[in-house]
Amino acid sequence: MPLDNAESSTRKYKVVGTRPNRPDGVDKVTGRARFGADAVAPGQLVGLILRSPHAHAKIKSIDASKALKLAGVKAVVTKDDLPDKTDGDAGLYDVLVNVMAREKALYQGHAVAAVAATSAAIAKAALKLINVDYEILPHVTDVDEAMKPNAPLLYPKMITDGVDPKPKKPSNIVRRYEFGHGDVEAGFRQADIVIERSFKTEATHQGYIEPHACLANVGPDGQGELWVCTQGHFMVRDTCARLLGMDFSKLRVTASEIGGGFGGKTTVFIEPVALALSRKANRPVKVVMSREEVFKATGPTSSSSIDVKIGATKDGRIVAGDATLRYQGGAFAGSPVEFGAMTAFAQYDLDNVRAIGFDVVCNRPKQAAYRAPGAPMANFAVESVIEELAHKVGMEPIDFRIKNAAREGTHSSYGPIYGPIGLLPTLQKAREHPHFKAPLGKNQGRGMACGFWFNFGGQSCVSMNIGVDGTVSVTVGSPDIGGSRASMGLMTAEELGIPYEKVRTVIADTGTLGYNDVTDGSRTTFATGMACILAARDAIKKLCARAAQIWGIPEDAVTWENGHAKPAGANAGNHPPMSLKEIAAQAPSTGGPIAGHHEYSADGAGVSFATHICDSEVDPETGFTKILRYTVLQDAGKAVHPSYVEGQFQGGAVQGIGWALNEEYIYGKDGRLQNAGFLDYRIPVCSDLPMIDTVILEIPNPGHPYGVRGVGETSIVPPLAAVANSVSAAVGVRMTETPISPPKLLAALEKQSAMKKAAE
Amino acid sequence: MAKVIIWSSLKSHTGGESNLEIEAVNVKDLLARLGETYPGLQPQLKRGVSVSVDGIIFRDGWLTPLKSDSEVVLLPRMQGG
Repeated sequence: MPLDNAESSTRKYKVVGTRPNRPDGVDKVTGRARFGADAVAPGQLVGLILRSPHAHAKIKSIDASKALKLAGVKAVVTKDDLPDKTDGDAGLYDVLVNVMAREKALYQGHAVAAVAATSAAIAKAALKLINVDYEILPHVTDVDEAMKPNAPLLYPKMITDGVDPKPKKPSNIVRRYEFGHGDVEAGFRQADIVIERSFKTEATHQGYIEPHACLANVGPDGQGELWVCTQGHFMVRDTCARLLGMDFSKLRVTASEIGGGFGGKTTVFIEPVALALSRKANRPVKVVMSREEVFKATGPTSSSSIDVKIGATKDGRIVAGDATLRYQGGAFAGSPVEFGAMTAFAQYDLDNVRAIGFDVVCNRPKQAAYRAPGAPMANFAVESVIEELAHKVGMEPIDFRIKNAAREGTHSSYGPIYGPIGLLPTLQKAREHPHFKAPLGKNQGRGMACGFWFNFGGQSCVSMNIGVDGTVSVTVGSPDIGGSRASMGLMTAEELGIPYEKVRTVIADTGTLGYNDVTDGSRTTFATGMACILAARDAIKKLCARAAQIWGIPEDAVTWENGHAKPAGANAGNHPPMSLKEIAAQAPSTGGPIAGHHEYSADGAGVSFATHICDSEVDPETGFTKILRYTVLQDAGKAVHPSYVEGQFQGGAVQGIGWALNEEYIYGKDGRLQNAGFLDYRIPVCSDLPMIDTVILEIPNPGHPYGVRGVGETSIVPPLAAVANSVSAAVGVRMTETPISPPKLLAALEKQSAMKKAAE
Repeated sequence: MAKVIIWSSLKSHTGGESNLEIEAVNVKDLLARLGETYPGLQPQLKRGVSVSVDGIIFRDGWLTPLKSDSEVVLLPRMQGG
């Protein structure tokens, strides 16, 4: 579509940019909102899943006969109830194997069978009666260990792709990626200073407070309904329908309100199993995961091991950047290592850059996205070295970054030439921000980092129906995970010229609209928002046409202004403007309902850059790190609802801080997760952190009529490095592993102290 | 002829070249011809790709027309969270 470039920078908005209450707010704070576990159906059964206690084991047999004899048990399903209908689609086959194990259990928690019974107690008892004969196999859970030549193999035929010549022996390395340009060796020869470091990050979980839950209901005629908390109910429909061998149109999926997703609900885990149970039992089946199951059997991030080498001249110009990244994606191919490799150096203008990535499998659950998948780990490694290099060169870290920042025309480290981007403005704004000048005390330090995410567009459908009372119902297919309903309402009200309060945005089920891509990729305000704008413009055309008919003048003689149809000029006749409400009131007798639609696949999403500043204080006796002050400066293109843009900045920052300081998956030698609960997997809560300050920059994205850029993901990218850099400044210890938890920091401080004593 | 740049680890399928030239009217056409000319690229194309056309990233939009001097950068298929 034509880009409204001129409009986005000069337009004065009436409602876009204001901060009305979110339409789902009252329901959510009063408990009226209905989440995944809140649906009930007459005759519903409780579904529970039997999960492997072993990290790696052959499944020799499954005997459910005793369970089936238990009164109240209505169905048991195994892989035999989910035959392979993936038709050669390797990605879908991995999903199938992940939702229900086939020949092997590949991680502790891997689903091996499921039961539907008339009560939770009976279902639990039935699980105990299912006899699974396992042959335990050696396991591996660390990414570097999994890459070693004698590591236990998950897939005996896996030969690494992307390596020339092709390896002769199988391994746990799925694929090798390489991005970059120039000649890094030649670049390093020009460097006056070179820093080389290795880093490790542990896996974390998105930590959404709502566990996965769904209610499945498949009838004997093969038609089904599914109520589910998800970021993408159309994706759920299509995936489940394919796995169960149903026509898409026979399965209607409704998205509940969602208590957080952050990328962890962009795929399926329990849904195909619930549908298979319902189909077999011929009753509705409700499956609700426990918190322990969420940790063990949904999609945490990859853990990583990264080597970074960066060289600069003594006047502060980076001449080469080289990184090798090793990510494990759990027991299946597809860790986001290529995105780590693509984003590692994306914020810099480099002549010589290389990033190599290895996708590795090991006996852990299948990873899923956590906001910007793959980027935070790479950013932690590169931005830590950048900070160290800046100090070595003798420049302020912010000036070092400004000197080397990517800008319009830069050949990005992942390939394309950048158009207009907002990195320099965020850096320059950060430099002027009062946070930078705030004084620091003993054991306190300041660090910073900058990062980015691509964002994308994708498929969205919007149906905009105008009621005879002049109120507007906007039907979208994008689950609201961050306040998008308010933004849709604002954009609709802006275009139509009516009050925001007269618009209601509803998220419809899969039977109501065409396909909508998952709410991920920071796409919703951009792509679904743009669809709302275009649907409103479609509705306006029809409103003008209706007014023209009522007035008896040609259609092109009517224009739309401030919520009213008006004659376009004096020649069109002396007709007083007719409001949307007045036209709508006459709709039944002048041609019927008036609606606007838009269905498309949006492209032209703009990247979003951010700079983060972090002040922390370390207690040298305990290794405890307190965040004193944190500021996020990020380019939003155009903030449709500034509070929800700020909310995304703050949420991503807080998750990154948790990732940096506290959160990690801890595995025992037996390959079992040791901390599968919020007591021992410690996410930040409100009392842990100060208010996260935010600055919204608006460098319009030419691909959107208002200049919108997605913002939800970028904010998790810089915090790991920003925190590590501030800890380093506070106590002079460079932490190269996350989390920088008190025991680890204390150990590092004690080691540093011992080395100082030894040197004296 | 559109200029096509592929990422370095795919070079083994194109005789070591990362800068290619392909005659195509749109992205769909270009990807099909890329796969025909370099069959070793087909598995990656099947797994999924995104493209940047003259600086703008497209995750779908395969009917996007190409100019005679368009620069297309092949990228892994974009994901998000």
